[in-house]
Amino acid sequence: MKPVPHEPPRDHMFLNMGPSHPAMHGIIQIHLELDGETIVGSQVEIGYLHRGFEKTCENRTYTQVIPYTDRLNYVSPLINEVGFCLAVEKLFGLNVTRRCQYIRVLMSEISRITDHLTCIGASAMELGAVSAFLYLIKARETLYDLIEEVSGARVMPNYIRVGGLKSDLPEGFEERTRLAMGEVRSVLDETHRLLTRNRIFVDRLSGLGVISAEDAVSHGFTGPCLRSTGIGYDVRQAEPYLVYDRLDFDVPVGETGDNYDRYLVRMEEMKQSLRIIEQCLAQMPQGPYQVDLDGREMTPSEVIEGMKAKPPLQPIRQARIRLSPDLEGTEKRSVQDVVADDKTVVFPPKEDTYGNIEGLMQHFKLVMYGHGIRPPRGEVYQAVEGGNGELGFYLVSDGTDLPYRLRCRGPCFHLMSGLSTMIEGETVADVVPTFGSINMIGGELDR
Amino acid sequence: MSSSPTPELLDKLAERLGSHLLRRDAFRGEATVVVAPQAWLETCRFLKEDPELAFGLLVDLTVVDLQALGGSPRFELVAHLYSIRKRHRIRLKTPVPEDQAQVPSLTPLWKNANWLEREAWDMFGVRFLGHPELRRILLYPEFEGHPLRRDYPLRKRQPLVAERDVEEPRSMVSEPVRYPVDPRFKTFGV
Repeated sequence: MKPVPHEPPRDHMFLNMGPSHPAMHGIIQIHLELDGETIVGSQVEIGYLHRGFEKTCENRTYTQVIPYTDRLNYVSPLINEVGFCLAVEKLFGLNVTRRCQYIRVLMSEISRITDHLTCIGASAMELGAVSAFLYLIKARETLYDLIEEVSGARVMPNYIRVGGLKSDLPEGFEERTRLAMGEVRSVLDETHRLLTRNRIFVDRLSGLGVISAEDAVSHGFTGPCLRSTGIGYDVRQAEPYLVYDRLDFDVPVGETGDNYDRYLVRMEEMKQSLRIIEQCLAQMPQGPYQVDLDGREMTPSEVIEGMKAKPPLQPIRQARIRLSPDLEGTEKRSVQDVVADDKTVVFPPKEDTYGNIEGLMQHFKLVMYGHGIRPPRGEVYQAVEGGNGELGFYLVSDGTDLPYRLRCRGPCFHLMSGLSTMIEGETVADVVPTFGSINMIGGELDR
Repeated sequence: MSSSPTPELLDKLAERLGSHLLRRDAFRGEATVVVAPQAWLETCRFLKEDPELAFGLLVDLTVVDLQALGGSPRFELVAHLYSIRKRHRIRLKTPVPEDQAQVPSLTPLWKNANWLEREAWDMFGVRFLGHPELRRILLYPEFEGHPLRRDYPLRKRQPLVAERDVEEPRSMVSEPVRYPVDPRFKTFGV
C-alpha cells in the first residue's frame, strides 16, 4: 500500500513484525498499522537475504551455476536444477534421453512433496500442532534419504547436469522408493486425521488470508496459491515439459482462495505427486544392460590397459569396474543411459577421462576456465512448476562460457507482493497462518 | 514446450503497433516483440485487454544491460507475459537509453509490476514514470550504484552506513478505515 504522509489517527499503533521473528521463516519484515488488533495498513520489506544470485551467475560457467540454483528454493532444490538445465538445453536445442527425462520428473516430484510437507508442517507447528510437524518432517526425512542415495547429499543435491544427470539411479532404488511412498502416504492420511477436520486448525485457517482470483492474477500468483482461488494453471499441464504429457495426474483447485484452501490444495498435490512417481517408476525405460566380464570386477588400471590394446577389447569396454569411492556414480554404466549424446555439453565417464586422450580432452574442454559449455547466441525463457509456482529462468547467451544474463523468476517474489492484500483487515494473529500458507522461501525471494 | 501465439495473432499485434514495432523474431519457438518505449504501456494494455491475446499474467519484468555486447541503447526492458486462458506466451522488449532511462510504469495494469519495477530500479537504475514509490527493494537505501549493471565490479565493496535516525511512523492509510469486527470475537462478547 502506498504510504501517504499525513497525521495518523491517534488510536493507530505501529508494529514491526520481523525481521527476526520466530514466525517469519527466513527474514522478512512487515510494518503493521493497527487499529486495536485489526491491521489497517501494512508494508512488506524484503531483501534481507539478498546475496546477488544473478550477478554471481553471470560470472560463473553454466556448470558452476547448478549448485547455486540449489540455494534458491532450498526445500525443493531439484526442481530449480531441472529448470536451469532445461533452459540451457533449450538454448542448445538439445534433447536428453527418455530415461533421463523420467528420472528428472521423478526427482522433481519427490522435491515437490518435500516442499509441501515442509510448508504444511511448519505452518501447523506455528499454530501449535507440533506433533503434526514431527510426523511430516519424519516423512520428509525418508524422501531426503532417497535424494541422498541418488545424489550424495540430502538438501543440496547438485544432481542434474546440462544434458543429463550426475549418474543413473542406484540399484534397488525402485523398491526403496515404493517403500518410501507408502510411508509418505500413511503420514498424509495421518495428517488428514490430525488436521483437516481439527476445529482449532480449521478456525485459524478458513476464511482468512483470502485473495480473489483477479487480485491473485494481477499479483502474478502461480502455483498452489493461484490454484486455491480456482484458477487451474499448472505449468506441468499448460506447457508440459519433460514427460509430463505422458503422465496422468490431476491439478487440484480451491474455491475461495483462503488459507484452508491452500492447505487442501497442497495436501492433494502431494497425492498427485505420489501418483506421478509411481507412473514414472512403471514407465521408465531401462537402459541396455552392461556385460560383465566373467562376473569378475576389474581394477581401473586393468580396464585402462584393456582400452589401450589395439583394437580395444570390446568386452572390457562394457565391463563393470569399481573406481575409487570418490568417483562412484561417474562410471560409464552410471551415466551412459542418462546423458545426452553431445560431447560439447556432457562430461565423459571417468574411465574415459582417465583412460584415453579423447576423454581427457573432453573433460578438460568442459572444465577449464575459458572453455566450458558454450551455448549459441540467443535468449530463452524456460518455466517449470516449482513447489510454490512457476519458476522461470530467462537466459541470455552471448556465445561464451558465461551466461550473459541469468534472470530467475521466483514465484515467492510475486506471492509476497500480494501479502499486504491478504492480511489487511485481519488481526495480527492471522498474519502467522497467512504468511505460513504462502510458503515464502527466503533464498528464492531475495536471490 | 513453450507456445508462442499463432502467427495471425502476432500479425494482428504488428498491425496494431504500426511504426512502433521495432523488431519481431522467434528463437526456439519463443516469440519476441520489440516495441518503441513510447508505446510500452499501450502495447501492454492491448496485450492484456484484447480478448484474443488475453495476456493476463505479467510473469516477469527485468532489464538486460547490453553494454558488454556493444548494444545501443544500453538497456533493454524485458517483460514476459502469459495468457492462462489462451495458453500462450510472449516476450516483449523495449530499448531504454542510459541518459534518459525512463519508461512508463506498468503499475496501472498489474499489481506485481510495483515490486518488479522497484527491483529493476534497484538493480539497473532504470526509472519508471508514474510508479507510486520507486525505491530500492532488495538493497538498502544507502547502497551506491546499481549492482547488475555490467560496469559494476563483482567484488566492489560498499561504504559503511551511518546509524539512521528513528523516523516517526507515517500512516499507511489515506483515510481512516474501519474494518468490520472479526465475527469470531462476538462469541467473547466484544
